[in-house]
Amino acid sequence: MRAEKDVTLLEAVRAALFDAMEDNDRVVLLGQDVGRLGGVFRATEGLHAQFPGRVFDTPLAEGAIVGSSIGLAIGGLVPVAEIQFLGFLHQAFHQVTQQLARYRFRTRGRFHLPVTIRAPYGGGLRMPEFHPDSLESQLANVPGLKVVTPAFAEDAYSLLRAAIRDPDPVLFLEPQRLYRSVRGRVPHDGAADGDFGARMRRDGDDLLLVSWGPSVHACLAAADELEERHAVRSAVLDLRWLSPLDHARLHQEAAVRRRVVVVHEGVRTAGLGAEVVASLQESLCDTISLPILRVTAPDTPYPPGRLEDAFLPSQDKIVEAALKVMDRP
Amino acid sequence: MTHVKHVTRDWAAEWATGGGEPLRFLGPDGGLVQPDLPRPPDDLVREALRLMLLSRALDEKCTNLHRQGRLGLYAPVQGQEAAVVGSHLAIDPAVDWLVPASREQPAMLRHGWALDRMLASFLGRIDAARIPDHVRMLPRQQSIAAQLPHAVGIAWATSIRGLDGVTLAYCGDGATSEGDFHEACNLAGVMGVPLVLVVINNQYAISTPVSRQTRATRLADRARGYGFPGVAVDGDDLFAMYEVTRQAVERARAGQGPTMIEAVTYRMSFHNTSDNPSLYRDPSEVATAGQNDPVARLVAYATGAGVMRPDAIEAVEAEVRAEVEAALDRALSHPAPGPEEIFRHVFAD
Repeated sequence: MRAEKDVTLLEAVRAALFDAMEDNDRVVLLGQDVGRLGGVFRATEGLHAQFPGRVFDTPLAEGAIVGSSIGLAIGGLVPVAEIQFLGFLHQAFHQVTQQLARYRFRTRGRFHLPVTIRAPYGGGLRMPEFHPDSLESQLANVPGLKVVTPAFAEDAYSLLRAAIRDPDPVLFLEPQRLYRSVRGRVPHDGAADGDFGARMRRDGDDLLLVSWGPSVHACLAAADELEERHAVRSAVLDLRWLSPLDHARLHQEAAVRRRVVVVHEGVRTAGLGAEVVASLQESLCDTISLPILRVTAPDTPYPPGRLEDAFLPSQDKIVEAALKVMDRP
Repeated sequence: MTHVKHVTRDWAAEWATGGGEPLRFLGPDGGLVQPDLPRPPDDLVREALRLMLLSRALDEKCTNLHRQGRLGLYAPVQGQEAAVVGSHLAIDPAVDWLVPASREQPAMLRHGWALDRMLASFLGRIDAARIPDHVRMLPRQQSIAAQLPHAVGIAWATSIRGLDGVTLAYCGDGATSEGDFHEACNLAGVMGVPLVLVVINNQYAISTPVSRQTRATRLADRARGYGFPGVAVDGDDLFAMYEVTRQAVERARAGQGPTMIEAVTYRMSFHNTSDNPSLYRDPSEVATAGQNDPVARLVAYATGAGVMRPDAIEAVEAEVRAEVEAALDRALSHPAPGPEEIFRHVFAD
């Protein structure tokens, strides 16, 4: 299992879990259906048999999964909990926001919680209600939590290893649409990078597209179209860590291009895109004029699957916003 | 040594087949209700009485300090001392975990949180109040019942790691209405973790009586639905609280899973120093409850059975008052936090 070369994002998640469990016998997995079934997406497939007594099927109770993870960590373990779909994290929100995020602060460092919560999220799979919800802005709004989301298999591996190694709680959000549609190479030696920074995925001088998770791929497709059809050269910045945000890299990349479009699947109002815009504005408004637009889901509940294409930020919408922002003086 | 072992009697089983009345060993007059009931050893009775008197002295001091504007909100233990002390005496702070709810001051002290550190917490000296690394105790919890899944997790970690140690968790009657209570009890039962959950039923969640929390007569009945033993105990009876908890701890240590103990008691004072109980409860009810005062009951036993003479008890009362005063001086000498503390301990440095 270790050191698989060419893997899907889903397999990269599984490889990271396997390697983390092999490297540290304090690491345990818990969640709904993560044991014998291997999770509804099979992210934990095989681990139950490979690590006896360390992979636990829990009752169907998100609050107990997060709440008991807190106790497991205090009791000396390194829990990696799966919430079956991010949309159901609300069933545990008080445990995440009031408890998980605050133990270090509340106890002045007496207790810290090396807890990782993995949760699939995002649209594109024609899922039932709640299953595709993107709640990252609600989590990024909580001091004491780290929030990270990979868009590539390499990152799924290295960022999950970093999350599990982190002494503080990390929400690891897995774009379910990408589980089997993107492939990449995971490191042979199992080494994980602890880099908290954003990553440039495509270079271009005219415009900066800023995104994370599943929308990074929509941005890359839009950037190709912009270059081929409109001769607009777009860079694509993948933020990866949504909390803490890599403000410095964001400011630096925006300052040299002077035109920005922020893209995300979460709804518009108080979405994380607003934070990106505010951060850029506060940092750069004294020195440059910086036209910025957002491409987001509208302020509606997530629609039924057959309508989700109209709801999600698409390549077309990103191209349209990019051309509009290029026209600004 | 007056302690008599009753290895053959299973109190939870006896209660389950009884009429639902809380188990009582020590009557309000300080006498055993039946002669052959187990009594804690005399030295444990003396330790218990000292802790209960210390708790009262602390209540009195902190309430006065609040009225002088020198201390923030304070939630007194008054009336619940036997429930808290009796249960906590059954665990070993060196190996066992304490997960308090909020007003379990004597348990937190016995577990190893020094009195001046506790007072520092009431005085907002947050760094002085830090729980020492060797003390296996969670902080007080403001979000009702939220500590219960944590307690289950700690107990679960203990069993996964094959360590000794039982987790003793507390919650109130109001907490039993919360989702966390259900999720925690259910998980504890499924995983069979070494947990003892003491539900301090003091009849009120601020102003709301327990009859507005549940239509059930006894909270301990809930345990059956989770597949583990539950038992209701007279929470003003130190002996029954100690013995029933001791047995639950023994079961947990032996890998036989969790137990729920409902301590039926009465909050003799206010919810906290911002509360005015005269708006929602009848003085006659409080007077009746006063007849069950757990401290008076234990004093009556101790003097009646010759465990302590009245003048020795008076000496302890003076000692604990002095102890509170000295601890208060130390607490006030700890530095108050500056604004820079806001930014510390959000994440690892």
